[in-house]
Amino acid sequence: MTERLKIAVVGLGKMGLSHFSLVGAHPQAETMACDAAGFMVDVLSKNVPHTIWKDYDKLLSDGAPQAVVIATPSRLHAPMVRAALEKGVHVFCEKPFCLDWREAEELADLADKKGLINQVGYHYRHVGAFQEMKRLVDAGAIGRITHVMAEAYGPVVLRPKKQSWRTTKSEGGGCLYDYAAHPLNLLNWFFGTPAEVTGSVLNSIFSEGTDDEVFSTLRFEGGQTAQMSVNWSDESHRKMSTKISMIGTNGRLYADRQECQVYLREEVPGLDGYGTGWNVKYTTELTQESWFYLRGEEYSNQMDAFIRSCLGETAQLGTDFRDAAATDRSIAMILQNAETGQAVGEAPTPVTPQPAKRRGWFGR
Amino acid sequence: MEHQMDKLLFGDNQFFGINHMSEEKARAQAMRFQDSSAIMDVLDVAYDAGIRTFMCTTHDRIAEIAEIVRNNPERYPDFLFYPCMPYAHKYANAVTDFGMMGAVQHFMPEGGMLQTALRGGAALATKDVDGIAKILIDAEMKMFKGLNTPVVFMQNVFTDLLLGLGFGRALRVFHDHVRETYNAEPGFITMNMPLCLEVLEREGIENPIICSNINKIGFRMCGGAEAYKAAMEAGRVRAVAMSVYASGAIPPAEAIEWVSELPNLESIVFGASSRANIHSTRDLVAQHMGGTNA
Repeated sequence: MTERLKIAVVGLGKMGLSHFSLVGAHPQAETMACDAAGFMVDVLSKNVPHTIWKDYDKLLSDGAPQAVVIATPSRLHAPMVRAALEKGVHVFCEKPFCLDWREAEELADLADKKGLINQVGYHYRHVGAFQEMKRLVDAGAIGRITHVMAEAYGPVVLRPKKQSWRTTKSEGGGCLYDYAAHPLNLLNWFFGTPAEVTGSVLNSIFSEGTDDEVFSTLRFEGGQTAQMSVNWSDESHRKMSTKISMIGTNGRLYADRQECQVYLREEVPGLDGYGTGWNVKYTTELTQESWFYLRGEEYSNQMDAFIRSCLGETAQLGTDFRDAAATDRSIAMILQNAETGQAVGEAPTPVTPQPAKRRGWFGR
Repeated sequence: MEHQMDKLLFGDNQFFGINHMSEEKARAQAMRFQDSSAIMDVLDVAYDAGIRTFMCTTHDRIAEIAEIVRNNPERYPDFLFYPCMPYAHKYANAVTDFGMMGAVQHFMPEGGMLQTALRGGAALATKDVDGIAKILIDAEMKMFKGLNTPVVFMQNVFTDLLLGLGFGRALRVFHDHVRETYNAEPGFITMNMPLCLEVLEREGIENPIICSNINKIGFRMCGGAEAYKAAMEAGRVRAVAMSVYASGAIPPAEAIEWVSELPNLESIVFGASSRANIHSTRDLVAQHMGGTNA
C-alpha cells in the first residue's frame, strides 16, 4: 500500500475550497481542513468525510498533520507558516507569500534549516505553455533577450465594492499583490529578481483602498527590460488571462495558458521540433495529464507535486519559499518606486558589444 | 418513461469565448456572437440539419435564446434544451463581492425563511441546506419555463468540486430534485468520470447520465481512459462524450469513427460555428452511428 500524507487545508475561502477538493481527491492524502466557525464549516462538517478543525493551534497540536496548505488572507500567511514550520510540518502557502519580503526570507531559511518541503501557489509555473517558455529561454532559443512584455487582465473589480481584506492594501489586497504577482513571479523565474525598478504606477479605478491597475518597468542583470501591464478591472476577459512575450536577437517568444508560440530567425541546434519561422505548441500537447481535474491541470499538478514531494517520492517542484521571497521583494520594489517616483535598485551594467576597431567618426 | 437522448447534441462553448486552444480564437468568437441573433443563426443551421438538442449553460445570454424558441413554437416544434448549471462565474463573482455567506443570501428569495435563517447566523439544519440547493436549482431553471428540458446537467466545476470534497450527498439532492420537480433526467458533467460514477453509485444512483471528455488521445480523461472504457463496457453509465476532437488535435473523421466504436456511448456533444463544420459532423455521426437522432 502506498504511504499516505496527513494533510490539512487551512482557510476555506475560494482558493481554500478548491485546494480542499484537490487534496480530498488525492489517493495519497489523508485530508483534514481548518477554518473559523461559520456557514461553510457548518455545512461541510455535516456533509464531508473529513475532520474540520475550528482552531489552528489545536489542529497543529492534536490533529498532528504532516503538511498544511495555507489559504487564509495574506496577512495571516507569515505567522501561520512559521507556526507550522516550528512544529516540523511541510507547508504549501497561497500567494502572495509574505507582505514583508524579509520575513519571507526568514521563513525560507527556517524551512531549509528544518529540511521541510516549502511551496507557494504560483500555479502558472505548472502551466505547460509557460514551462515550455522557460525551457526555450534557458536553451537560448531566441538568442539574447532584450525586450519583454508581461501582462495580466481580468474581471475582478468592476465596480466599487464592499471593503474586505482583498481590497485593503495593508492586508495584501489589490491588483499588485493579487494579479501582478503572477506575471512578476514568471519574470523572476525566467530572469531573477529585478536589478532596477522604474516607471511604476499603481492606480485605483474602482477600489477605494487599493490599486486596480499596475504598470512597471523592470530591468534585469541579464540585460532584459520588461514592461509589466496589469489590470483587474477588465470585463472583456472572461477570466484571468496572463501572457508574456519576448523579443530576442534570434526571434520572438509568446506564451499564455493555451499555447506557446515561437518565431525563430535561425534554427537552434539541439532544439528538436522547432524550425525557422513560426512554431506553435498547444495545451493539448504540452499538458501533463493529472489524476483529478477541477479547474485546470496546473492546479492539480501543483498540489500533486507538493503531496508527492512531502512523501519523498519526488524532488520539490514549483515555486519554493526562496523564489516566492524574490517575488515579494519585487513587489516591495514596485511599491517603493510607485510611492517615491525614484528608481529602486541599481541599473544593471548594460551589456555593451565590443567596440569595432575605430576607423573614422562614422565607423566605416 | 426514460428519455432517449439524440446521438448528436449541440454545445455552447463556442458562443461564449471558450476555446481550449487559443485565446485569440476565443476572442474572435466572443465578438462574433455578442449579438444573440448571431447565436440563433448558428442554432438554426444546426436545427435544420436535424440536430435538435441544445446543451447549454444557464448563462444570461441563453435566457434570450430560450425566449426566442418559446415565442416561435411553429419554427421550433422539436427543439430540446439540456440546461447545464450552475453558471459558475455568476456565483464566483458573488462570492468575491459579498463573501461566501453573503453570496448564498444574495440568491435567496427576499424575506424568505431561509434568508431569515441565514441572516440570523444560526447553524443550519441539513434540511435547510437541501432547501437552499433546491432554490438555487429553481432559480437557474426559470429561464426555461414552458420549454422542453428532458435532461438537466450539473456543470463540471461544481460536480468535480463536490466529488473532491466528498460531498456526494449534494449530487443526490440535485438528482432527486431534478426528477421530482422537473420530471427530467439528471445528468452530471465531469472531468473525472470514473470517480463520478463511483460516487453516484454509492449514493444509490444507477446507470446515470454522465458527460465527460472521451476522445482517442485520452485528453483530459482523468482517472485513465481504461477506466472509462471499462465503465462503458459494463453498461454502468449512459455516456455522453465531449471534447471528441480534443480541441482540434484529432482529425474529425478519425475522432468520430473512434468514439462510435465504444460500447454504450449514447451521445456526442460538439460545438461548431460554421455550416460546413455542423454538416460534416452530422454526416460523420450519421455514417458511423447510423443517424443523429435517437
